[in-house]
Amino acid sequence: MEAAHAHDDGHDHVPSGLMRYVTTTNHKDIGSMYLWFSFAMFLVGGVMALTIRAELFQPGLQLVRPEFFNTMTTLHGLIMVFGAIMPAFVGFANWQIPMMIGAPDMAFPRMNNWSFWLLPPAASLLVLSLFVPGGGPGAGWTLYAPLTVQQGMGMDLTIFAIHILGMSSIMGSINIVTTILNMRAPGMTLMKMPLFVWTWLITAYLLIAVMPVLAGAVTMTLTDRHFGTNFFNAAGGGDPVMFQHIFWFFGHPEVYIIAIPAFGVVSQILPAFSRKPLFGYASMVYATASIAILSFLVWAHHMYTVGMPVEAQLYYMFATMLIAVPTGVKVFNWVATMWKGSMTFETPMLFAIGFLFLFTLGGFTGLVLAVVPVDVQLHDTYYVVAHFHYVMVAGALYAAFGGVYFWLPKWIGKMYDERLGKIHFWLSIIFFNIAFFPQHFLGLAGMPRRIPDYSLQFADFNMVSTIGAFGFGMAQIFFLYILLKAIRSGEPAPAKPWDGADTLEWTHLPSPAPYHSFEDPPQIR
Amino acid sequence: MKVPYISKILATCLLLAVPCLSMAAWNINFQPGNTLLADDIQQLHLIVMIVCVVIFVGVFGFMFYAIFKHRKSVGHKASNFHENTTVEIIWTVIPFFILAGLAWPATETLLAMRDTSSPDMTIKATGYQWMWGYEYLDEGIQFYSALSTPQGQIDGTEPKTENYLLEVDNPVVVPVGKRIRVLTTASDVLHAWYVPALAVKQDAVPGFIRDTWFKAEETGVFRGQCAELCGKQHGFMPIVVHVVSQEDYDAWVAEQKQKISGKELGAPIKLVADSQ
Repeated sequence: MEAAHAHDDGHDHVPSGLMRYVTTTNHKDIGSMYLWFSFAMFLVGGVMALTIRAELFQPGLQLVRPEFFNTMTTLHGLIMVFGAIMPAFVGFANWQIPMMIGAPDMAFPRMNNWSFWLLPPAASLLVLSLFVPGGGPGAGWTLYAPLTVQQGMGMDLTIFAIHILGMSSIMGSINIVTTILNMRAPGMTLMKMPLFVWTWLITAYLLIAVMPVLAGAVTMTLTDRHFGTNFFNAAGGGDPVMFQHIFWFFGHPEVYIIAIPAFGVVSQILPAFSRKPLFGYASMVYATASIAILSFLVWAHHMYTVGMPVEAQLYYMFATMLIAVPTGVKVFNWVATMWKGSMTFETPMLFAIGFLFLFTLGGFTGLVLAVVPVDVQLHDTYYVVAHFHYVMVAGALYAAFGGVYFWLPKWIGKMYDERLGKIHFWLSIIFFNIAFFPQHFLGLAGMPRRIPDYSLQFADFNMVSTIGAFGFGMAQIFFLYILLKAIRSGEPAPAKPWDGADTLEWTHLPSPAPYHSFEDPPQIR
Repeated sequence: MKVPYISKILATCLLLAVPCLSMAAWNINFQPGNTLLADDIQQLHLIVMIVCVVIFVGVFGFMFYAIFKHRKSVGHKASNFHENTTVEIIWTVIPFFILAGLAWPATETLLAMRDTSSPDMTIKATGYQWMWGYEYLDEGIQFYSALSTPQGQIDGTEPKTENYLLEVDNPVVVPVGKRIRVLTTASDVLHAWYVPALAVKQDAVPGFIRDTWFKAEETGVFRGQCAELCGKQHGFMPIVVHVVSQEDYDAWVAEQKQKISGKELGAPIKLVADSQ
C-alpha cells in the first residue's frame, strides 16, 4: 500500500463537476469516460439492433421501410464496432495498463484527453446522419463501393466520423505503445507483464497499421462521390473490388483488434478464479503475436465470391485455416489453466467461461467459413451473421462484461451484487443463444443477410431470434442497474477481493485505487 | 406470490412456442442440392462439422470435467503447474495435421467448382437495381426478370402466398443435365447471383464479367436471391431457375424466338419495306 498517497487529490487543484472531465489528464478519469461512452453507444447500437430484429419478427414490412432498415444495419455495425467495443477496451487499457505495469499515468496524458474527446463528436456525426437529407448511410458497415457513391449526405458524415474515430484510435494506440515500452516499473521485463498488457501492446500496433488504411479507403470513397475520381468506378478505369481489398486489409486485423484485448482480459480472469498461474504464458504471447501477424495475410477470405483467381482462393483458404492453430493454442492454454485449479464461479469467472465456450463455437464456424466451397454457399447469409456475433458478442462483449465485474471493486472501491451479476450472466448467455444460434440454421437454409423481409420458409427461426434479441437487450438494461446499484450502495471492497489475483493493482493498491497511483514505482522481483 | 408469476411467464412462452413448433420448416441444414457440386459441398461441410464436434467434445469435456471436479467448493486444492513444453508442442502440431486433412478435400472441391471450361451453354446474368436481366448468348434470347409478388402481400394487406418474395415474372429456363455457365455482371452496384440448391453464388460486379457454372441433376423450380447488399430493394430481387427436360427447353427457346421475331425482327423488315 506504500504507493498510495492520500494527500494527492488536493494539491493539483482539479476542477470540479463537468470541467473535471473536460480537462482531465488522469488515466482513471479518462478510462471511466471511455467505458461510459462505450456503454452509451452500446445502448444506441442495441436499439438499432432491436429495430432490425423487430422488423424481422414476421415476414412482410411492418415497422420500417427498406431504406431505413439498411441504415439501421449500417449504423448498428459501425456504432457497435467503433463506438462500443473498441472504446470499451481502450477504457480498460487506460484504467489498467498504468496500474498493471506500475506506472503513474499514461505516457501522453493530454493526448489521452484528446483521444477521448474526439469520440463524442464522431458518434454525433454518425447519429446525426440519420437526420440529414437522403438519410443515414445504407451501404452496410463494410461501406462497399459503388453503393456508397449513391448514398445521400449521411454517407459524408459517416466518412468524417470514421476519420475522427481513426485519429482517436491511432493516438490512443501511440499512447499505449509508448506507455508500455517506456513506463514499466523497474524489474517489469516484457515477459513479466500481465497478459492483458501484452495483448494491448500487440493490438495497438495492429491499430496503428490499419486505421490509416481504412481512412484511405473512405477518403477514396469521398473523392469518388464528390471530386470526380474513379477509384471504384470501372467506367473510369477503377475497380469496385479494389475497395473490398483495401477495406478488408483493415477489416480483418480489425477483427483481432476487437478480439485480442478480450483474450487479454480473459487471461487475467481465468487464472485469478482458478487460483493457479496462467498455463503457457510464453506460448500465449507468441500465439497472440502469430494471430496478429497472420491477420494481415488473410483479408480476402471475406471476398471468396468476388471472382478471384482460384489460386488466390486456395492461398487465402490455407492461410485462414492456419489461424486456427494459434487460436487453438490459446483455447487449450485456457482450459489447461482451469485444469486442476481450485475454481470458484463469481460473475467475472462465469463471463470468462462463457467467453471461452461461445468464442470457441464462433471459431468453429470460422473454420467452416474458411473452407472456400462451403463459404461460397454461406457467404452473405445469416450463417456469417451468427458467426461474427458469436465472436464479437459472446467473445469480445462477454470479456468486457467479465472485465467490468472483475475490476469494478478496484475502480470504485465497492462490490457489485454477486447474485444480480450471476443473473445478468445467465440471462445474457441464454438469450444470446436464443437470438443467434437459430441464425446458423437460417444461413444454412439460404437466408441472405441485410434483407428487411424474407420468404416464409425462414419465418420460424426469425421469430425465435427476435425473442432472444429482445431478451438479451433487456438483460443489458439490468446490467446498468447492477452497475448503478454497486456505485450507490455496494459493499466496501477489500484491496484484493479475488484470492488468485496477483497483478500490481491488487497487490500494491487499495480499493478504490487512489487518483494518483505508483508515483514511486514499485519494485518487481 | 412469486410462483404464479413465473408459471404465467412459462405458460405464455409455451403458448407462443406451440404454434411455432407446429408450423414445421425448422430446417437446420442446407437446402437439398440439385447438382453434384452441391452434394460435394454438403459432404465437405459435414466433414468439417464432424471434426469440429470431435474437437468440441474433447476440449469442453476437459473443461467441464475441471469445472465440476476442480472447484474450491468440493475441496480441490490448486496445483501450481504452468507450462509443459511437450503438451504445448503436441497441441500445436496435431491441429496442423487435422487442418491439412481438411484442406485436401476442400481443394479438390474448389478446383471442380471454379472450372468453368467447356460449357454446353452460356447465360449472362446482369444485376440491376432491382431486378435481373438475362441473355442467352447462344440463342440470342434476352429478358428481364423482376419480383412478381404483389406489393399488397409485402405490406400485409393481402395474405402471403407460398413463394412469397421468391417468385418472378420471367424465370430462367435451362435444360437438365447440361453444363450451364453463368456470366455475371451488373449495371449499377454490386449484386450477387445466388441459388442455394444449385450451389451457385457469384458476385456481379459493375464493369467486370465473372463466371460460375452448374449442372442440374433433376428438373424442377429452384429459387434464390440477390446476396450482396445493393440498395433499398435488395431483399426484393429474387432469382428463379426452371430446370426442364431438353424437349421442353427446345420448345421454350422456340417460343422465345417467336416472340423476338414478332417484336424486333418483324419491325425492321416493315421499315425497310416502307422506305423503298
